[in-house]
Amino acid sequence: MAQRTRTEQADRIRHLLETEGPAIHAHASASNARRKETYGGTDDLESLRTDARAIKEDAIDRLPDLIETVREAVEENGGTVYVADDAADANAYVADVVEGNGPADEAAEPSVVKSKSMTTEEIDLNDALEAEGIDVTETDLGEWVLQVADDTPSHIVGPAMHISRPEIADLFNERFDPDDPFETAEELTRFARDHLGEIITDADVGITGANFVVADSGTIALVTNEGNARKCAVTPDTHVAVAGIEKLIPTLSDLEPFVDIIAKSATGQPISQYVTMLSPPTDSPTLDFDAPDEPITAGGEGVADGTEAADGTGDADRDFHLVLLDNGRTDMREDDQLRETLYCIRCGACSNSCANFQSVGGHGFGGETYSGGIATGWEAGVHGQESAAEFNDLCTGCTNCVDACPVKIDIPWINTVVRDRVNRSAEAESYDFLVDGLTPDVEEGGMDLGKRFFGNIGTVAKTASATAPVSNWLADAGPVRAVLERTLGIDRRRDLPSFQRKSLVDWFEKRGGEAVSKKRAVGSSKRTAQADARDGGADVDREAVLYPDVYTNYVDVDRGKAAVRTLEALGVPVRVPDLPESGRAALSQGMIATADRQASRLYAALAEDLDAGRDVVVIEPSDLAAMHREYERLLPEDSYERLRDGSYEICEYVYGLLENGADPDALSTGDGSQPVAYHSHCQQRTLDLEAPTVAVLESCGYEPETSNAECCGMAGSFGYKQEYYELSMDVGERLAGQVEDAETVVASGTSCGDQLETLLERDVPHPVELLAPGGHRS
Amino acid sequence: MTVDTLGRFERALEGLEVGFERVAAAEASERIETIVEHPAVGASLPFEGASLPDGVTTEPTTAEIEAARTGVTPVAFAIAEYGTVAVESTADGVEPISLYPDRHVAVVAESGVVPNLSAGFSRLADGFEAGRDSVVFATGRSATADMGDLVHGVHGPGNVDVIVLEDR
Ligand code: SF4
Repeated sequence: MAQRTRTEQADRIRHLLETEGPAIHAHASASNARRKETYGGTDDLESLRTDARAIKEDAIDRLPDLIETVREAVEENGGTVYVADDAADANAYVADVVEGNGPADEAAEPSVVKSKSMTTEEIDLNDALEAEGIDVTETDLGEWVLQVADDTPSHIVGPAMHISRPEIADLFNERFDPDDPFETAEELTRFARDHLGEIITDADVGITGANFVVADSGTIALVTNEGNARKCAVTPDTHVAVAGIEKLIPTLSDLEPFVDIIAKSATGQPISQYVTMLSPPTDSPTLDFDAPDEPITAGGEGVADGTEAADGTGDADRDFHLVLLDNGRTDMREDDQLRETLYCIRCGACSNSCANFQSVGGHGFGGETYSGGIATGWEAGVHGQESAAEFNDLCTGCTNCVDACPVKIDIPWINTVVRDRVNRSAEAESYDFLVDGLTPDVEEGGMDLGKRFFGNIGTVAKTASATAPVSNWLADAGPVRAVLERTLGIDRRRDLPSFQRKSLVDWFEKRGGEAVSKKRAVGSSKRTAQADARDGGADVDREAVLYPDVYTNYVDVDRGKAAVRTLEALGVPVRVPDLPESGRAALSQGMIATADRQASRLYAALAEDLDAGRDVVVIEPSDLAAMHREYERLLPEDSYERLRDGSYEICEYVYGLLENGADPDALSTGDGSQPVAYHSHCQQRTLDLEAPTVAVLESCGYEPETSNAECCGMAGSFGYKQEYYELSMDVGERLAGQVEDAETVVASGTSCGDQLETLLERDVPHPVELLAPGGHRS
Repeated sequence: MTVDTLGRFERALEGLEVGFERVAAAEASERIETIVEHPAVGASLPFEGASLPDGVTTEPTTAEIEAARTGVTPVAFAIAEYGTVAVESTADGVEPISLYPDRHVAVVAESGVVPNLSAGFSRLADGFEAGRDSVVFATGRSATADMGDLVHGVHGPGNVDVIVLEDR
């Protein structure tokens, strides 16, 4: 694969962090904040999202029929439909249309004005038209800035998001040499308006994209804020709309949820300034700026008297072409994993919600055309896997985008699938023997060694724990770090976890196992029962299996002990069996077959406990997320549901116990207003599990303040990797900046805790460590 | 109900910094005259008893559209929830007249103000059935932040006024 080396990738990311990052972060995070606010204020948001998704599912299902329906409708309106197989096909067709509608003077260049369209970016339409001697001007201001700067879009909605105002001013002053140099956005915009206004009025052909195409009426919907799409569509007498076949929806009423949600998800506006629904050719008279003194209504025969208005044939001067682009989409439709990508309405919410995107923008987190979380699906589908492989690893699987996406696409899953496919396409490497012994995975040789190492972290941890402290000492030694960096890409600046000789499972066994736990739990409930007898409280009657995830079991054993003590104090006896890995680590590396096998093993190991009505309690949110989200794809439906319904995050579980009458005084409580900064965890937030932890902290006498930074930036193995280390720190600093003034900082996730400890240079425990009887690290 | 809808419409327009006036049809001409900046172009109003002021040029030439500072057009209906007006593509040029001049004055019948997007889509569907199948939902003023800050009136109007004609 002609992919960048680690060092090249690291250099590129560092460069983007410095040059484009600040402008991207300012815009993307502001859009994301507005989206969240607007989503929060929309009562029927969930039903809108559900409707939108259902319409897309149905439309993609019926796609071949819809293409025929729209062809009939557009032809009946007096326009033409062309289905293009690929970029070359589409470009050739558009060039023909433009040349056929060029200026009367054969020697003059035909001219085209365009409104923003990612689909035309996908096929490099501008280059193709220019190669034919056609003059092309972008009229969306962002796109035009890029055209002047000879740059490429860095965001699917705000293409020039990475360029700051002073940079635009410099660019324009140099290029257009105005009498008074441009400075303000107002001056720049005025200039653009006048300059582009003239070009639009002189153009021979207007080209637009389409946000949606209504099949049964032949209506194209254009969603914009500027008004340029309207001008491009209705000013020249020839209009070409280029749209991917996935933009088709069956009927006008299907458009409603999309009109309602697209601006909310894209920019957080309730609705866009202009939602243009055209069933071209339209009745609107064309504007002939070469004949300025003719009344506009005199152009088309039979139009001035208005008789054509109602029969749908439009102004006779008008010509309309709908170019429907396939370019890999039919294959995506057949691909069970990539099909969902076609539901995407290109709102960019996944980009805005992504912490890594906010730092590097679409030039880092993007392929040939598309950028952001869903770009992996698009690039793999329309440009091929190599384009997706370039940036796919920038998705850390945090799932922020899952809540943002208006059509509920499981974007991280698409990223995992493509990562898996990329892994499989690699050639075997000579270093494979290095990790072979440590990697009981079911992957074929040849995948990235670092990925294979992290994907098998459970085995690595077991070995390291068995050999601790020697393994820790070794791992910290300079020469070993250099080897780890060279072979596995583990950045030497990152602290490695320190493995404990005695695992949580060992500790629990030595302590007397479940028999002792039961005694302790019964002791606590007796005390509670005595208290309850006085005030009539309820009894708690449950049993818990605490899941010893790799990190809790071998590295942060203390948080495991704290969880055990907390549960016992609330009257719940605990078991801590030696359980298989959840598959989370393998999934992060795109090793789906390995994860699949691990999921089955874990389910098998837990089946009896589930049957016996025991609750599975999980400390690490990412492991819980695997069970609650990804297992749906890995286990039979019944098994998946059984485990999902029987498993809980530790603080969510404590919340449930307290709600059911357990006594918070059995825990370490604050004085009622003890401030604590709490960072939940990306995946935990997607599972709506931030609130229970906050509630528990509150009922135990703390005053938690939650962070609103997108992510800690480390997201497991991601932050260990040499090429991503600096990006991980850049993201982490935004979080650290929010919590650094707090005396106590707690975090639910392993990576979040590690990252914060590095950045804040102090202890960042799990909330359960704060709550456990005896308190933190006692 | 109607009173509520109108109130909601007015508040939405206020949030969008769009002017709002409610007048009797017979007074429309006079009120429009106080709002327009000349030169002004327009499309004639299909509402009973309402007419454009004399100074507004209908059936304009291309040059007149380009030079105009105000475009006055009827709109098919309006959506109170979002402060949206539905501009139709008609043979007498409502679409370019509403788009090119810097100020758009949209005139709508009070009975044409519907409460929410769903009701708007019902009206839209009725229009489509009758062959009026090219419509723009215009909400507020044309805007862009592409030059680094929010600026209004890029390609579309930077000022918008809505006049609601009271039902008799
Ligand atoms: S995947 Fe979802 S959030 Fe991302 S651009 Fe597409 S529709 Fe928007």
